[in-house]
Amino acid sequence: MQIIKDKQIIDDNWIHIADDHEITAGNITVSLSRWKQEKADLINHKGNLGIRLSPADKIEDIADTLNNISLIALEFPAFTDGRSFSQARLLRSRYAFNGEIRAIGNYMPDQVYYLSRVGVNAFQLEKPEELNVALSTMDDFTVKYQTSSN
Amino acid sequence: MYQYNDNDQTLINQRVTQFRGQTERYLNGELGEDEFRALRLMNGLYIQTHAPMLRVAGPYGLLSSKQLRMLAHIARKYDKDYAHITTRQNIQFNWPELKNVPDILADLASVQMHAIQTSGNCLRNTTSDHLAGVCTDEIEDPRPYCEIIRQWTILHPEFAYLPRKFKIAVSGSEQDRAATQLHDIGLHIVKNDAGETGFKVLVGGGLGRTPIIGKVIRPFLKKKHLLSYLEAIVRVYNLNGRRDNKYKSRIKILVKESGIENMTTWVEAEWQQIKDGMELDDEQITAMQAQFKAPAYENGANLDASFQTNTTRNPTFATWIKHNSEDHKIPGYRAVYISLKAPAAAPGDITEKQLDAVANLADQYSFGEVRTTHRQNLVLADVKQEKLFELWQKLDSLELATPNIGTATDMICCPGLDFCSLANAGSIGIAKEINEALDDMDYLHDIGDLKINMSGCMNGCAHQSVGHIGILGVDKKGVEWYQLTLGGSSENEAAIGGRLGPAVAKDQVTKAITTILDVYIKQRLDDEIFLDTIKRIGISPFKSAVY
Repeated sequence: MQIIKDKQIIDDNWIHIADDHEITAGNITVSLSRWKQEKADLINHKGNLGIRLSPADKIEDIADTLNNISLIALEFPAFTDGRSFSQARLLRSRYAFNGEIRAIGNYMPDQVYYLSRVGVNAFQLEKPEELNVALSTMDDFTVKYQTSSN
Repeated sequence: MYQYNDNDQTLINQRVTQFRGQTERYLNGELGEDEFRALRLMNGLYIQTHAPMLRVAGPYGLLSSKQLRMLAHIARKYDKDYAHITTRQNIQFNWPELKNVPDILADLASVQMHAIQTSGNCLRNTTSDHLAGVCTDEIEDPRPYCEIIRQWTILHPEFAYLPRKFKIAVSGSEQDRAATQLHDIGLHIVKNDAGETGFKVLVGGGLGRTPIIGKVIRPFLKKKHLLSYLEAIVRVYNLNGRRDNKYKSRIKILVKESGIENMTTWVEAEWQQIKDGMELDDEQITAMQAQFKAPAYENGANLDASFQTNTTRNPTFATWIKHNSEDHKIPGYRAVYISLKAPAAAPGDITEKQLDAVANLADQYSFGEVRTTHRQNLVLADVKQEKLFELWQKLDSLELATPNIGTATDMICCPGLDFCSLANAGSIGIAKEINEALDDMDYLHDIGDLKINMSGCMNGCAHQSVGHIGILGVDKKGVEWYQLTLGGSSENEAAIGGRLGPAVAKDQVTKAITTILDVYIKQRLDDEIFLDTIKRIGISPFKSAVY
C-alpha cells in the first residue's frame, strides 16, 4: 500500500496492530490504551514504534514517552472531527515531536493542505486512488496568514 | 477602508481555483455529497428550498461603491435581480445555480470580495459597529482589529472543523451596536486605569435554541495579545467542545456545562503557552490603523445654513433626519441610514437597480463607502449636512428613505419558509402584515424605539430572543404557529426576552402585536420607551390583553 510522506508517494512499511491482534515484527503502531498497558514490553520491540491517537486522547498523556516513538497516527473517525488538527499542532509546537505524524481514517483529500500546515507530514487515505488529488491539494495555496507547523 | 495587497489577492484567487476544482469533482461524481457539503459551506454555499443560496462576506459590514456595483452585477447576471443583507452584515443571493458559483466567486475576487467561511463549522465573518470610526461615543475604531481578526480567521488551518460555527464581534464604543454579548466571542475596546486601550473579552454568548448572554473571561487584554487570546479560546473549544449533539456543540454550552471559572482556567493556561510567540507589534497595529484613516472631511461643514432651513421648511425631511440619521464626530457631517424596510419590500432585500444607485450616491456623498448593519439596513457614514436634503430626495425616489429606522417596522426578519429549508414557518408574509397594520407614520413614530425580530424557526437567524418583541415561527402538526417574547435586548443591557404565553395562530400575530402596542401606549410614562415599560410593569399586563 502507498501513502504520501513528505510530499512523496511512497510504499508504506508500517503495520497498524488492532487491540485484539498479537504484536508482530516490524514497524508497528498500537492504540494509546494498549501502549499504556503494555509499555514495558513494547519498549523492547524490535522495529519502530508508533501510537495511534483518537481525537479524544490527550497529548499530555504521551508527552513523557515521545522519545520512544517514531510515529503518531491521528485517527479520524469522521472528517468533520477537527480535534486531530489541534493534536498535530500541539505535538509539533508544544512537544517538539520530530517523528512522523500521519493522518489515518475517514478524512478528505481536500483536508490534506490544512493538515500539512498543522504539522501532519504523512497521509494514508482510505481510497488510495485519491493519493494524487491529495498530493496536488498541498500546492493549492502559495500564501497564508497564520504560521504553520510544517 | 482596507485595500488588499498582492498576497491577499493571490489567496482569494487561489481559493476560487480550489473551489472550481471541488465543484467539478462533485459534478463528476468524484466527491461525495457529505464531503462536498462541508467544502461548499465553507465557501458560503447552502442548498436551500428552491436553489442554492450563496452568502458573501461583508467584512465588518464595510463595502466600497465598486463592490456594490459588483453585487448588482451578480444579482442581474446570476440571480433574480436582488440581494439580501443578513444580520451578520453579509450579503446573500437566493437563486444562483451551483455550476455558476465558481464564476460568481471569481467575479467577487476581482473586487476584493469572497464568501470564505460565511458558513460551516468554522470561524465566521467578524462583525462590528456600523458606526465605527464616525460615532460620537467611540473609545477607539474597532475596524483595524476586525481586519486583523479577519486575516487570522481566513483559512486558519487548525480551526476549520470546529464542533460548530464560531462568531466574533468587536465593539469600540460605549454603546454596543454589534451585539457583542451574544457572540461566541465578544470584544469590547475599553480603557484601563492607566488610560491604555485594550479588550474586554466575553465568551459563550449566543442565540439560537439556547440563547445565552456571554460572560467576561478577561476584563482587560492588551492589544498585542489579541490573536494569541483568540487562538487559546478557540483551541480549548476545538479540543473540548461537544461533538455528540449539534444543538449542544456551540462554545456557550461548553462554558455553561464546565462553568466560566473552569473555562477561564483552561484558556489562561493555554494562552500562557502561546502568548509570547503570537504578539502583535505596534508597527503592525499602526499599519493597519493607517488603512482606516479618516476621509478628507471639510473644515467648516457645520457653517452651512441650508440644512437648518430645509429641516424647518420641510417637516417630512426633518422626520427622516430624526429617524434615519445619526450624529457624527465631525461637526457638519451626519451618518445616514438607508432603510431596507420599505412597506412593500421584504426586510433586508435590495434590488440591483438600488445597489447601483446606492453605489453612485456613496461616490457622490460619502467617500465611496457603504456599511451594512446587523439590523439589515445600509449606512452612508460621512454625509455633509448641506448635501442631506438632495440625498434624501434621491433616496426617496429609490424607495430607500422610509423614515422607520429603530421603529416597529424596522424589523429583523429571516427568509423564513419561503426560501429556507430549515424554517418551520413563514416570516416575510407576517412582516408585511405588521407593516400594513402600522402604516400610519405618526403612530409608528409615537411608539418610537422598538425592535421587532422575527425568525421562522428555532435556529433564530433573526435574533428573535433579543428582540424587544420576538416572534418565533413553530410548526405544530404541519400548521404554522408563532411564539411571542417580550423584553429582549442585544445592546448594553443585553437580555433574553420572556415568553408571553402559548403560541398564537398565524392570523392572530398582527393582532397580538397591535394589542401589545396598545397596552404600551396606555401604560407608558412620559418618554418611556417600550423596553423600559416592560422592565417596569412586567409581562403580565401584556399577557392578559393578548390572551
